[in-house]
Amino acid sequence: MQGLFPLAAASWPHSLPALIAFSAEPLVHLRSLDILIITLYFAMVLWIGFYLKRQSNTSEDFFMAGREMTAWIAGLSFVSANLGSLELMGWAGAAYQYGILATHWYWVGAIPAMLFLGMVMMPFYYVCKTHSVPGYLKLRYGEGARVVAACSFAFMTVLMSGVNMFAMAEVMKVVLGWDLNFSIIVSSLAVAAYVALGGLRSAIFNEVLQFMLIWGGALLVPILGLIETGGWSGFKARLEANIASGATPAGDYTHLWRSLGHFADNPMGIHWTGIVFGLGFAISCGYWTTDFLVVQRVLAANSLRSARLAPVIGSFFKMAVPFIVILPGLLGLVVLQNPDGSLMHLVGQNLVSPGSGLHSYNEVLPLMMVRYLAPGLLGLGITALIAGFMSGMAGNVSAFSAVWTYDIYQPLIVKNARDEHYVSVGRWATVLGVIVSIGTAYLVMNAQGIMDYVQALFSFFISPLLGVVLMGMFWKRATRAAGFWGLLIGILTSIGLWAWVYINPAALRYVALSPDAKAMAENMYRALWSVLVSMLVTLVVSLFGKARPVAELDGLVYGATKLPTEEPVPFYQNEWFWTAVAIAIFVALNIYFW
Amino acid sequence: MHSSRVSIWFFIGILLAVYGALIASYGCIELATKHSAHVVLANLHAPVWWGGLLGILGLFYAIKFRPGRSGK
Repeated sequence: MQGLFPLAAASWPHSLPALIAFSAEPLVHLRSLDILIITLYFAMVLWIGFYLKRQSNTSEDFFMAGREMTAWIAGLSFVSANLGSLELMGWAGAAYQYGILATHWYWVGAIPAMLFLGMVMMPFYYVCKTHSVPGYLKLRYGEGARVVAACSFAFMTVLMSGVNMFAMAEVMKVVLGWDLNFSIIVSSLAVAAYVALGGLRSAIFNEVLQFMLIWGGALLVPILGLIETGGWSGFKARLEANIASGATPAGDYTHLWRSLGHFADNPMGIHWTGIVFGLGFAISCGYWTTDFLVVQRVLAANSLRSARLAPVIGSFFKMAVPFIVILPGLLGLVVLQNPDGSLMHLVGQNLVSPGSGLHSYNEVLPLMMVRYLAPGLLGLGITALIAGFMSGMAGNVSAFSAVWTYDIYQPLIVKNARDEHYVSVGRWATVLGVIVSIGTAYLVMNAQGIMDYVQALFSFFISPLLGVVLMGMFWKRATRAAGFWGLLIGILTSIGLWAWVYINPAALRYVALSPDAKAMAENMYRALWSVLVSMLVTLVVSLFGKARPVAELDGLVYGATKLPTEEPVPFYQNEWFWTAVAIAIFVALNIYFW
Repeated sequence: MHSSRVSIWFFIGILLAVYGALIASYGCIELATKHSAHVVLANLHAPVWWGGLLGILGLFYAIKFRPGRSGK
């Protein structure tokens, strides 16, 4: 889930208050078999945490999982850290509302960036043996850039974790009728226990477990949905009939690119340039290549080849996620029915009120689960949602723990302590991160309006960081001062553009280049401008400064680094082969659904 | 991971096998008693075959990656 928000902070289809605005009656009534399945999940994650405690005695073990993860485990963890329950429900709702356009966030908004990370950027992250992305900035640009990146990341990570925790507790309340305090306390205690015990290895193991549960719990919904509608062609025929009869609002629900020629031609108010350059480059690369939450998973790989293969493996599963997220949302358009047998119409959250009998877009996934899943299977589906939430939170606190210990505590507070000391600091940082998250959750509970601001805050840092990392990684001339100023001014640019539109909504036409643009387009163009500004500032400041000697840039910069030679392997184990396959599938999917 | 350690796939296998057994058992009881849950396509008896699939997959992983084997 956490992964949603760095990405979605700039591009989330609905605000968090909107996401958690459900109808008054619980949607799901669990049976004892469902409760047993959920309980078994909690028992398993705690078992894993206690088991792995024995293997987390050194800082390399605790923070980097011993750098011994296989490509498959690192890859599944990499993609799983982004696959949260709020994301599943939110994007299913977006698919119901906007159609297949929502798939862009899984394909062009992820795949190119993941492959770029694996094949181009990963060697530098891996070879320089950094423990974190701020750590890379330290090596490349010096302490100033690292402190800015580390403090902003640490602060925002725990804040987002708390916001997500509250949002998920709200979802559990309205979907299952669970008490808010119960959801917050039980889930956060479980996460604190298994991450503090087993460190990153425990977080990664649970993310892989969560990944399997999500597929096991959610895959059945689109399968049964397609059986009911008579396959994809049957679905399209029913949808066309509904649109022709006026039962479903008119629109192009099944094509990715045809309606993106102009802002006014699609309900998202987006132009294809915003999708390609804003989402596909600025937001997507910013998240997938520089957000330490996801990069940390790949840094834990057991070899350079595994580190490069992990995002490639993840890209295949990322391409498949729309099958369990977008497709159920689309199918909901034609199969969901009211108790009287008429077609159900989901509505915006502003129209849902207690007693109205209406459901919001965001309820489409739980509604589809209730429609098809018998006891046991329903428990598995709900377990998948809970697992998504918990692993997202675990991702947050494990990344926070590493950045706090390596990039704030060690360089600024206690520089030369024993290794055991830093492991202990990491464990306590995990607990502290959970406590701050709980505090944030209760803060948000009393002032829900701050949730959107927190999401916006996170988005301010991601894209400028991309600009600075790219310049540092691919341009030897970039100087230390340029990295600091590029990052700072890029962040200020993003904040400034956001504030401009917030104060004067009419400014959107300038930021997003069209009077027909909507909020989501603004997010994309704002990210794009902030990347470009951070790169431009880095360029200009570098030209007025003295470049570092090339010898100092070994392992950090393209052209100054001799990458280790990898053993030859059969083509089916080669990362370039699988990258080519991923690109071919990605292109084919976009053409098929053009 | 060192071969002396338990693979994550073993944990996943155990959990999926238990889930599969529970869900398939429920499905079989439904089938035997002719009392299906009130869900769409209940006639397909998804708990039986989906639970069975989960169980087989879980058993495969639990056995292949059981402690003591060197598989990862």
